[in-house]
Amino acid sequence: MEFTDEQISRYSRHILLPEVGGKGQKKIAKAKILLVGAGGLGSPAALYLAAAGVGTIGLIDSDVVDLTNLQRQILHHTPDVGRSKVLSGKEKIQALNPDVQVSMYEERLTAGNALKIFSDYDVVIDGVDNFTAKFLINDACYFANKPLVHGGILRFDGRVTTIIPKQSACYRCVFKQPPPAGLVASCQEAGVIGVLAGIIGTIQATEALKLVLGIGRPLTNRMLDFDARKTQFREIHVKRNPKCALCGDHPTITELFDDGDPYAGCTVRPDTQPKAVRL
Amino acid sequence: MQVKINGKSEEIQGGTVLDLLAAKKIEPQMVAVEVNDKMLERDHLGTTRLNDGDQVEFLFYMGGGR
Repeated sequence: MEFTDEQISRYSRHILLPEVGGKGQKKIAKAKILLVGAGGLGSPAALYLAAAGVGTIGLIDSDVVDLTNLQRQILHHTPDVGRSKVLSGKEKIQALNPDVQVSMYEERLTAGNALKIFSDYDVVIDGVDNFTAKFLINDACYFANKPLVHGGILRFDGRVTTIIPKQSACYRCVFKQPPPAGLVASCQEAGVIGVLAGIIGTIQATEALKLVLGIGRPLTNRMLDFDARKTQFREIHVKRNPKCALCGDHPTITELFDDGDPYAGCTVRPDTQPKAVRL
Repeated sequence: MQVKINGKSEEIQGGTVLDLLAAKKIEPQMVAVEVNDKMLERDHLGTTRLNDGDQVEFLFYMGGGR
């Protein structure tokens, strides 16, 4: 593939970087990156990856845009309320950069569809809001052998880590299973400072681009935790767990499964909340 | 004795990791614990005794993203 003059102009600040150059920009143009969740984390990731010229961006989300999303989900604008998130996302991505192909999956990620969808991509970005889906993404990336950039945000705290299956610690190496229902204040009721989605989602996009380019040192075997109140990052070293049920020496998880309740671990379920505070 | 908890030095009573969790009112099921860079199995929280200078990391679940 050859870039047009316009593309060379568009990507010139990348091409100027010795670590990227024309060769690297072509890798970006050929890359296929999947965003699971077109919400808080998915929004900044989608916009920066689109701006970077990623060849194909996949968006999985079954939701429509809600007014309460707009405080942080910058892929969606006020007129999008009530519209499909993947469609709204596709429009913004292509308005920013028509070079980008967008594949839309207006569905929930399940054990039934995950491997088929993941197999088409080079890197997966976790931008979901519940533990069942986070574990499912972790497991599916392991079975599909796809690098995963995990992210999580809650209140004023965020976390990112990169997982290269069979090489670095996976999510289950650290957290064996979703927390018991009702224990972890998370998701809908706990709240989140909107900018945190931008900080963590943008780091996720950075990690994905590094993986595509094959440069730098990935955020593997490290959980990067960010505290917005203190404006402080901390790195926690983690290791592959030989007893991990998924990627350990004697795995007990040998195929994908749906862990039932997608809102396990949340103290308040979205369907029991009054509409006014539902996210 | 002094231990470092999530990077911050703290004076604690001693005892096991489970005692520390109880003192901090942290439900063991909602946290993954590392002591000196080693992840503890949940069954070992009550048998792992803390020593002066240990580095303890509490990793809480962080589930949001949307």
